[in-house]
Amino acid sequence: MAKTIIDKIWDRHIVVGEPGKPDLLYIDLHLLHEVTSPQAFEGLRLNGRKVRRPDLCFATMDHNVPTVNRKVIKDPIARKQIRTLEENCEEFGVPLADVDHPDQGIVHVIGPELGLTQPGKTIVCGDSHTSTHGAFGALAFGIGTSEVEHVLSTQTLWQSRPKTMEIRIDGEIAPGVAAKDIILTIIAKFGTDMGTGHIVEYTGEAIRKLTMEERMTVCNMSIEAGARAGLISPDEKTVEYLRGRKYVPQGEAFDKAAEDWLSLASDQGASYDKSVSIHADEIEPFITWGTNPGMGAGISGNVPNASDFENELERESFLRAIEYMGLEEGQPFTDIEIQHVFIGSCTNARLSDLREAARVVEGRKVRGGVRAIVVPGSRTVKKQAEEEGLDKVFTEAGFEWRESGCSMCLAMNDDVVPAGERCASTSNRNFEGRQGTGARTHLMSPAMAAAAAINGRFTDVREEFAVHA
Amino acid sequence: MKPINEVTSIMTPLDRSNVDTDQIISKEFLKRIERTGFGKYLFYHWRFDAEGNKRDGFVLNDPRFDGSEILVARENFGCGSSREHAPWAILDYGFRVVIAPSYADIFYNNCMKNGILPIRLPEEEVEELLAKGKAEPARLAVSLAEQTVTQPDGTVRRFGIDPYWKEMLLNGWDEIALTFKYEDQISKYEEAMQRA
Repeated sequence: MAKTIIDKIWDRHIVVGEPGKPDLLYIDLHLLHEVTSPQAFEGLRLNGRKVRRPDLCFATMDHNVPTVNRKVIKDPIARKQIRTLEENCEEFGVPLADVDHPDQGIVHVIGPELGLTQPGKTIVCGDSHTSTHGAFGALAFGIGTSEVEHVLSTQTLWQSRPKTMEIRIDGEIAPGVAAKDIILTIIAKFGTDMGTGHIVEYTGEAIRKLTMEERMTVCNMSIEAGARAGLISPDEKTVEYLRGRKYVPQGEAFDKAAEDWLSLASDQGASYDKSVSIHADEIEPFITWGTNPGMGAGISGNVPNASDFENELERESFLRAIEYMGLEEGQPFTDIEIQHVFIGSCTNARLSDLREAARVVEGRKVRGGVRAIVVPGSRTVKKQAEEEGLDKVFTEAGFEWRESGCSMCLAMNDDVVPAGERCASTSNRNFEGRQGTGARTHLMSPAMAAAAAINGRFTDVREEFAVHA
Repeated sequence: MKPINEVTSIMTPLDRSNVDTDQIISKEFLKRIERTGFGKYLFYHWRFDAEGNKRDGFVLNDPRFDGSEILVARENFGCGSSREHAPWAILDYGFRVVIAPSYADIFYNNCMKNGILPIRLPEEEVEELLAKGKAEPARLAVSLAEQTVTQPDGTVRRFGIDPYWKEMLLNGWDEIALTFKYEDQISKYEEAMQRA
């Protein structure tokens, strides 16, 4: 029978499958960071347990780390959390890329970069954006700290087989339209809980044409559509991206692995519990106007009017959102002025993202009164960008060029948007207070955020900036 | 974790949908390395203004709901970040039961691991509870064993739950200790993978 990649990976990983119970699933790769792991390691200590497979774990620090001066963490509680990860990795023998390590970066950027992420693997991390790794045809999902402790102790998790969902994007995206626009459009169209209880596979011509880095952007935000995991069947692009990376098999062993990876792709005619599709022609550069990732629209549009909402509850949450965001009903997006620009996060801080933003910025200046920062996703990304001179492009335009980390995506370090101020952000969440108490976040692609930095207001990147070759 | 079966308490009607875990526990409180002590930060920016004064009109600041152990909210509760600090804050504040039409998957699992019972009821039944609970404080009786929510007028609503998790919650079992019983199977799986 024709099977989806989801079922193929699931079936390979069942350690115990008893009727009436969830399956005990084997976990191939466990990524860890400083915020969601300390209580799990403490649990091991309290119960006299050890890490079953430290060789299948990989830790780094990303959420709290400073992006200006690496050595100075002013907040003593944040400092303690980082030191705690170092001590825990030392005590339990878990490999760690600490803040000084050349491999350090946002956990979802370094996994693929190092080749730890591979097709067919089950990958977990105490972080909801673990779905990013699905771009490689891995079954990757976020877990809570109790589950982190369970995986550390047993290398397994009890999981009920989720339903499957296909999201197909037909056609080809137009020039000037980014991967970020695809996923933001999907979330706005189908809702922030469309994927609840499901694992999503993205299919269709538009997905096949995306690069691996673009696929990561799409899969990254699966959780914003409610799906714990979102993946893409591996193809030649997947194999070529991974070839030669640090932790993949080398030589003949790689070719053998690649053959297996390609066999995991969903079979022709495989069926899903649910299928939706959109056409790439519907997708234009997109921004969010509200306080969840589903509250967004194409840049050519306006803030909605209350009368657009027939449902009273939706109208109430709309009014609440625009009050928080300081917006007027019907306001054209291109009239909205911004004070901050953040180019970074596990969604959009890979080399290609920085290149896209740099193409818009090159030879121009950041608008007076706008503070714009670029935070590369990893130390490797930073190094590669500097080799290409992208840092110069940004700094000459008036951007700040920072060290890698999660930074202003969730503002756990010093990179905070002040209350009442507005930020064009390439991150993944626009929840109230996400980038700072009272901060107003608008999500968009790197090119759109760069254009906003130059003009000091939201701009259709296709109109004023020739970003497409 | 603490076992849970019967909870009888005033309900707190939180009439909002898509409550994300950033609202439940804001990022500035995620730096602690303990599992406890998060209750005072629950819904912090909805409860308190920038000066730390209580905001009027937010349901958790209404003294009529003091001591409530049952939180009622609208659909897609707990969406967003996987932070288990969210259920830790809910539990530490004093809630043992959440009732909503739907939950984000990771949050739902995180509740189960902490002895919080997340009950799914159909939207119209949640609507009914919110209306009653907002009109005047209403006491609900929840039974996990019976899978029922009983209203003050005797109306009984039934809810579904996976039997595996039901047993886990009723007994307050340590899931890791249970999994250790399957250690042989885990080792066998690993050996088979090694050979492949």
